[in-house]
Amino acid sequence: MENNLLLTYLLFIPLTGAVVLLFFKSENEKAIKYFGLAVSVIAFLLALYIYFNFDSNSGEFQFVHKFKWIANLSIFYHVGIDGIALLLLLLTTFITPLTLISSWSGITKKVKEFTFFMLFLEVGMIGVFISLDLFLFYVFWEVMLIPMYFIIGVWGGKERIYAAVKFFIYTMAGSLIMLVAIVWLSVHATNYLGYFTTDLVELYSVAPLFGLDVQTYLFLAFALSFAIKVPLFPLHTWLPDAHVQAPTAGSVILAGVLLKMGTYGFLRFNLPLFPAASIHFASFISILAVIGIIYGALVAMVQTDMKKLVAYSSVAHLGFVVLGIFAMTQESVQGAVIQMINHGLSTGALFLLVGMIYERTHTREISYYGGIAKIVPVYSFFLMIVSLSSIGLPGLNGFVGEFLILLGSFKSTVLNNWWFTIIAATGVIFAAVYLLWMYKRVVFGEVTNSKLNEITDLTKREIFILVPVIIFIVWIGVYPSTFLNVSEKSTTKILQQVSQPPKAELK
Amino acid sequence: MFNNTQELFDMLPVVIVAAGILISVFVEIYSERRMKILPWLSIIIFLAAGFHAIYYTGNKSVILQNMLATGGVTNIFWFIFNIGAAIVCLLSINYIKKYGTYFGEYYIIIQTSVLGMMLIAGAKDLIVIFLGLEIMSISFYVLAGFNRKRASSNEASLKYFLLGAFATGFLVYGMALIYGSSATTSIDTISANFIPLSGNLLFITGVMLFIIGFSFKIAAFPFHMWVPDVYQGSPTTITGLFSTVGKAAGFSALIVTFAALFGGSSSHLFTPYLAAIAVFSMLYGSIVAIMQDNIKRMLAYSSIAHAGYMIIGLAAGNSSGVAGIIFYLTAYVFMNLAAFGIVSIIEGKDESNLSLSSYAGLSNRSPLLAGLLAVTMFALAGIPPLAGFFGKYYVFIAAIKANLTWLAIVGIVASTISVYFYIRIVVLMYFKPSESEFIPSYSATEIIAVLISVLVVILLGLAPGSFIDLITSFL
Repeated sequence: MENNLLLTYLLFIPLTGAVVLLFFKSENEKAIKYFGLAVSVIAFLLALYIYFNFDSNSGEFQFVHKFKWIANLSIFYHVGIDGIALLLLLLTTFITPLTLISSWSGITKKVKEFTFFMLFLEVGMIGVFISLDLFLFYVFWEVMLIPMYFIIGVWGGKERIYAAVKFFIYTMAGSLIMLVAIVWLSVHATNYLGYFTTDLVELYSVAPLFGLDVQTYLFLAFALSFAIKVPLFPLHTWLPDAHVQAPTAGSVILAGVLLKMGTYGFLRFNLPLFPAASIHFASFISILAVIGIIYGALVAMVQTDMKKLVAYSSVAHLGFVVLGIFAMTQESVQGAVIQMINHGLSTGALFLLVGMIYERTHTREISYYGGIAKIVPVYSFFLMIVSLSSIGLPGLNGFVGEFLILLGSFKSTVLNNWWFTIIAATGVIFAAVYLLWMYKRVVFGEVTNSKLNEITDLTKREIFILVPVIIFIVWIGVYPSTFLNVSEKSTTKILQQVSQPPKAELK
Repeated sequence: MFNNTQELFDMLPVVIVAAGILISVFVEIYSERRMKILPWLSIIIFLAAGFHAIYYTGNKSVILQNMLATGGVTNIFWFIFNIGAAIVCLLSINYIKKYGTYFGEYYIIIQTSVLGMMLIAGAKDLIVIFLGLEIMSISFYVLAGFNRKRASSNEASLKYFLLGAFATGFLVYGMALIYGSSATTSIDTISANFIPLSGNLLFITGVMLFIIGFSFKIAAFPFHMWVPDVYQGSPTTITGLFSTVGKAAGFSALIVTFAALFGGSSSHLFTPYLAAIAVFSMLYGSIVAIMQDNIKRMLAYSSIAHAGYMIIGLAAGNSSGVAGIIFYLTAYVFMNLAAFGIVSIIEGKDESNLSLSSYAGLSNRSPLLAGLLAVTMFALAGIPPLAGFFGKYYVFIAAIKANLTWLAIVGIVASTISVYFYIRIVVLMYFKPSESEFIPSYSATEIIAVLISVLVVILLGLAPGSFIDLITSFL
């Protein structure tokens, strides 16, 4: 196959940008801000170009670029995307410039370092979604940790150090276990392949041949790492800390992209590599997902801090995604994919909005607010649309994903139990409760706090950030086919890999 | 004495260093400008020997009546020793003025220690191992106590000497038993008769004692007691020398003997014992390092943990294990040189600025040093794509190939623990406000030495391929 360098270019744009940025003078903040933005916009434009050249009638990996990286250990630089990765790639490159603009006012110290870490983070995120070699995937997976750790630790809130260290150690513990699993998988695969490789596409053909016991260990090792990232109940405890302490841009990227890596990992690795174990554990993981939906919603309901509320709502939303993945029907997996994008947009936007009001009042306590509809009508309007989208109002994006997941899990033969759907559906109601209740307390009613009269409405810059997000929220809600078509063949292929795993003789 | 000039040429790196020592002694005696000349003379000697060694890795031969091997892995080790020592000399130019050991002997004794190491790495006979080990160790004892007016330095030297002599006793006793059971000291002859010998209890005991003796040199559990005190009391640059090339020399002896012994089929005879050493070193080092307040002590415990990871490769007993150790050692040498280099820059007069708290807010006071130290800490913690990660990855592959998955998992647990204390330095430097206004100043030589080390750490991480190829081509 001929190598296509587009994805490698995509990786190198933010990387080069980050390196060039080091030569800027720290005082020259304006130039740094515009440069960072320009780099991330160029990356987005290239991602769009890739999208327009993507053949959505194929579930195979496209734009493949492969060469030997470390010959002696059979490690390849092997990148390529399918429809699922493409959507997440678009999401990543779309959100990064928006967060960079949003932090122009929020980040006042060490702007150069901040922009550097954001671009560095983008490299890691893009890398995770395009890697087709387990080793390469692992490298990007870890590389991404460092900038996020600094973003939380340097620019975060009061408890930032605790949150940063907790985030780092939690994720590191999970990923190191995944590393052993990767090596073990590759060593074990040599019995079938005759040679050592960490190449995902080759392992796809042999890993499903392992016995159920072997698959179980490997499945659990991978799943642990991804479940921490998602985060799946009961491994979610790092999330509220990290979210609340991170600066707005950090929260947006964390919710928008980083959490998706866990669910993406399930789809890309667990299901196709260990189909037997995936079916075996589908109910178990789905139970955790459903607990997460209800638990996240209930805990979100009692939060007094807006950011914490949104953070816990993430636990609930990601529960839907995981349920969709492990229901293993075409509808539910498609729903999970689109819900990943939805959550990135809606929750990302919620964090942006919370950040915007925080910059004006320096508090996120819900009780501080009340009646701001009269004072900041434009803000209230955007908050309403985004909240409704997060709730899953028909016509906006959230509905499409949740509906497909519920429909798919209802029909699922793997789960074969209606209760998953029934309990998860109540989660939708809870979401309406906690978000609308928050909205009511913050926006409606009388102005109880006289200090609120002094706050100003959204600036042009802030509206400029939110409008593109709203466009996509409505677009996915009204005409989801644009996006569903991109991933359809890829999800079909993954489900085929699960239902009809390859069979072969021992070599 | 020499069969031909080829033999002389093959062992030229050793000859260069030996001749260098003699020249340096004369410079020290007769030149007024000795402190200007000696460091640079030493660096030139080390670079010449090192690059000669790496350039002629292909010339494999056994010389001096089957006493010394040259070429192949031996030359790779010679290269590592010499380059490491050159970096230490570069770091020392400024440091020894600050530390109060401004004597010419300092450089000469570094050269003798390197000579000892080179003999160890090339040894084909147990006697040569012993000879090299003693040359190296005695040089180290002197270097540890170089500041004779300082109590901590004297304590370090005495402790190192007493425990070192004790460990050497084990080693010699082990060698005696091996000789008693096999009637030879030639490593090749022993390995040729390994299978019949492996049933002999005397021989097994001998090898065990041999391993114990070297556990001391590589700072592995349970012979690690000397490490924290000696690392703390010695001049920082010298600690850098012990912990990097000194450890590499210890491992080279184990590799030389074990690779020969394990050429046979009974390669897993010592696996349980080595695995136990590895487990305890990794866990003990990582856990105790968390509680340290002095950065040199912290790095000492981290050094114990790293010895544990490397022993995994030895326990695996396959060729990828050996390749893994060599790669890991190389990475470790440069990571630790960078770390100790930066510590020696930041260290003030009279052992000040060694506590962890003096690193608080360093990113504001000296962004360059903080950035370099952060990269070093991430490398030591094993974050990809830096060199430390590939070292771990490589030994873990070896362990899993040898059906020692559990050992790799223990390694993972220890790595996770160790992440905590490595990133604590980063937390201090970047997230905490400064506790003092002290701004570290550094000379060009020091910063160049650190930059080279960090650069190697990054390059070995991004493009380890050609170096791995070089190692594996000789295994």
